[in-house]
Amino acid sequence: MTANPWSGAQASITADAVARRSYGKLVAFLAARTRDVDAAEDALAEAFAAALADWPRNGCPANPEAWLLTVARRKFLDALRNSRRTEPASDELERMVEGLAAATDEREFPDQRLGLMFACAHPAIDVGIRAPLMLQAVLGLDAAKIASAFLVSPATMGQRLVRAKQKIRQAGIPLRIPEREELRERLETVLDAIYAAFAEGWIDASGTDVARRELAEEAIYLCRLVTELLPGEPEAMGLLALILYAESRRRARRDAQGEYVPMAEQRVEDWDTATIEEAESLLMRACSLDLLGRYQLEGAIQSAHVARCRSGRANWNEVVQLYNALLSYAHSPVVAINRALAIAELEGAQAGLDAIEGFVGDPRLVEYQPWWAARAELLARTGRREEAQHAYDIAIGLERDEPVRRFLDRRRSAVIG
Amino acid sequence: MQYLFTLYADESGWTKMTPEQQQQGAGAYAAYTEALKAAGVLKSSNRLQPSSSATTLRTTNGKTQVLDGPFADSKEQLGGYYLIDVPDLDAALAWAGRCPGVGHGVVEVRAIWSMDPATQKYEGEASLAAKK
Repeated sequence: MTANPWSGAQASITADAVARRSYGKLVAFLAARTRDVDAAEDALAEAFAAALADWPRNGCPANPEAWLLTVARRKFLDALRNSRRTEPASDELERMVEGLAAATDEREFPDQRLGLMFACAHPAIDVGIRAPLMLQAVLGLDAAKIASAFLVSPATMGQRLVRAKQKIRQAGIPLRIPEREELRERLETVLDAIYAAFAEGWIDASGTDVARRELAEEAIYLCRLVTELLPGEPEAMGLLALILYAESRRRARRDAQGEYVPMAEQRVEDWDTATIEEAESLLMRACSLDLLGRYQLEGAIQSAHVARCRSGRANWNEVVQLYNALLSYAHSPVVAINRALAIAELEGAQAGLDAIEGFVGDPRLVEYQPWWAARAELLARTGRREEAQHAYDIAIGLERDEPVRRFLDRRRSAVIG
Repeated sequence: MQYLFTLYADESGWTKMTPEQQQQGAGAYAAYTEALKAAGVLKSSNRLQPSSSATTLRTTNGKTQVLDGPFADSKEQLGGYYLIDVPDLDAALAWAGRCPGVGHGVVEVRAIWSMDPATQKYEGEASLAAKK
């Protein structure tokens, strides 16, 4: 311990930094055997509160993570023993208490965050709560913050998180990395949840909504974590590349007046070069592993867009090929729409419209803004003005981002001429 | 942890089968039961008489009524169960996936709420109450 006492503010800053780095590690370690994520979080919350009281008085411990683990473990065991006065002690619980108490070297405790992530994204957990659960259990985000990013009430989000954690404990969902034969399939659900978190954070293009911007950053952090803890998984690298490509254009998506700028009209100089380079090298490494997947293909499409915008040379043929391959992995209307837009660049707007003809009237797309915006664009280019206006109307009505609404409105006006 | 697999299927499917098919079906269940036994995870298992043989009791207005027939009148009926003991849900799901019942019906997997024989209390109940 250092002799200099700290100010409360400094202690709080250090606690925040440690929390970000260590929260999930500590939760995963404490909950690994009991599968009681809730109890682990409670113990950690008490440990952080103790840190904020102790550190300003006694100085920052040399190893804040170890300090927190010692306190959290004691609180966790206390809670366990208290509950055991009225509850039975199973043999397994007994062993875990002994195991936890016996671990003397706290500087090096195992990083079991990946196991925790696999539990959060377990197929037995409702698909809609996997991303929020991961954000809470691994990164310590509170329910209110997650709720605001996912546009639900804090009470509802809190309830759903509690229920999901109960399911982990009651149903006996293990906090561990799945066996080799299941690993790829299960990793997909983890990556999907991370992507969902990123996409939710990406919606706020202007970055004025702090909760959302941070959500995108947290998703990138989670994805980096997976690539570090599970190296050599090409799809994890593919997803990280994909979201880094998107992230690199965050600033360019708005002009000086705060208006929305579509990718084709963005200034390449506004893109974050370092982030793009990182994405490119990740993608190359992933592809060298020779196990293609959805996220690598989506990353490759982004890479092709970057190459075109930088060089000015059209490469729509390549983009359409990549979308064709992607369709075989993810046969979703969302992919089909983007593919149609690429086809339109290559063979004309009518060919683009033909490519999505089969989705007209699809109930899944009725409230999907990109469907209406893409259709409006293609209809306008083929001169079907009235239909285009109608599609623009619906797209505008479905959009929740003000600058994007104004952008669509300008396009709509241009059609009227 | 112990898990209960409850097996639901459309009973009329069985009666429509030829004797050979029925024999084959029964053989699949026998083999599955043997595999569970050999792995040392089976606690118990049973096939139930048809749901038409069920009798249901409930109390209405303070009076206990005895009714002929099953509780749930659905397309799929409860036809049998397996009680197994494995480390976690993943292991339980791996076994459930091999159950012949998945091929012609639905298998529900539920963890048993274990009770301490000494205190006669259920695990986790006190902490649940404390949370509320």
